[in-house]
Amino acid sequence: MTSLTAKDKDTVKAFWGKISPKAGAIGADALGRMLVVYPQTKTYFSHWKDMSPGSGPVKKHGATVMAGVADAVAKIDDLTAGLLTLSELHAFKLRVDPANFKILAHNLLLVLAISFPNDFTPEVHVAMDKFLSALALALSEKYR
Amino acid sequence: MVAWSDQERSIITSIFSNLDYNDVGPKALIRCLIVYPWTQRYFASFGNLYNADAIKTNPNIQAHGTKILHGLDRAVKNMDDIKTTYAELSVLHSEKLHVDPDNFKLLADCLTIVIAAKMGSGFTPEIQETFQKFLAVVVSALGKQYH
Repeated sequence: MTSLTAKDKDTVKAFWGKISPKAGAIGADALGRMLVVYPQTKTYFSHWKDMSPGSGPVKKHGATVMAGVADAVAKIDDLTAGLLTLSELHAFKLRVDPANFKILAHNLLLVLAISFPNDFTPEVHVAMDKFLSALALALSEKYR
Repeated sequence: MVAWSDQERSIITSIFSNLDYNDVGPKALIRCLIVYPWTQRYFASFGNLYNADAIKTNPNIQAHGTKILHGLDRAVKNMDDIKTTYAELSVLHSEKLHVDPDNFKLLADCLTIVIAAKMGSGFTPEIQETFQKFLAVVVSALGKQYH
């Protein structure tokens, strides 16, 4: 897919400013939805006592994931280099099938639409979608 | 054949009976054309689509968005056999409109996001699951007659 334009990066950074105070809750909501709507994703969390939306593990992990996204926003000018360690983690330890990055991205975009019904315009949507795709690509770098 | 629980049926009929077609339909199509610009290929005859503002104010797009959304009404009324209900529509999209069926999913995703934004926290994970299941069946039926 295409690389991020200067405009995309500015849009993402500006929108992230609005997201960051609620980032943990947004991540938890997206993760919770993903586990319900795409049950195949539960296979990665069989070690959790409770995978339901709003549960402790889901809240905690939603925040962890969003901290990673925040990091990616800060390193948006070179995602491949910036996310090297995270990529190694996902490649060698977690071994999450990259198809799932798209699934999580969809749920994140949906929660953003719910949380920011007026700010999540089509223009912001396309910039965020491109960013999350680029993020997913950087995360898959070390897979093979 | 797809199995629907009573709860799923009621969720779908409820969403559609509370829908503002003239608002949600155009919004979903507009979002699709902006977020996935290659989908503009099917609308060459619709006039000015040169930028986001042009797309948002294009009256042909407005009308078509509403039309597409109403196209889902028959699926809502015939949930037990969406495949047969949409056989003709599938042929139309394949033989006449030549729409790549992968694009149906893109529009479906945009529609989901527009409805989620409207319903807010009322768009629970369970409702999301049911709505996405419904759209997946619709998308599959629309792609069935492609040969």
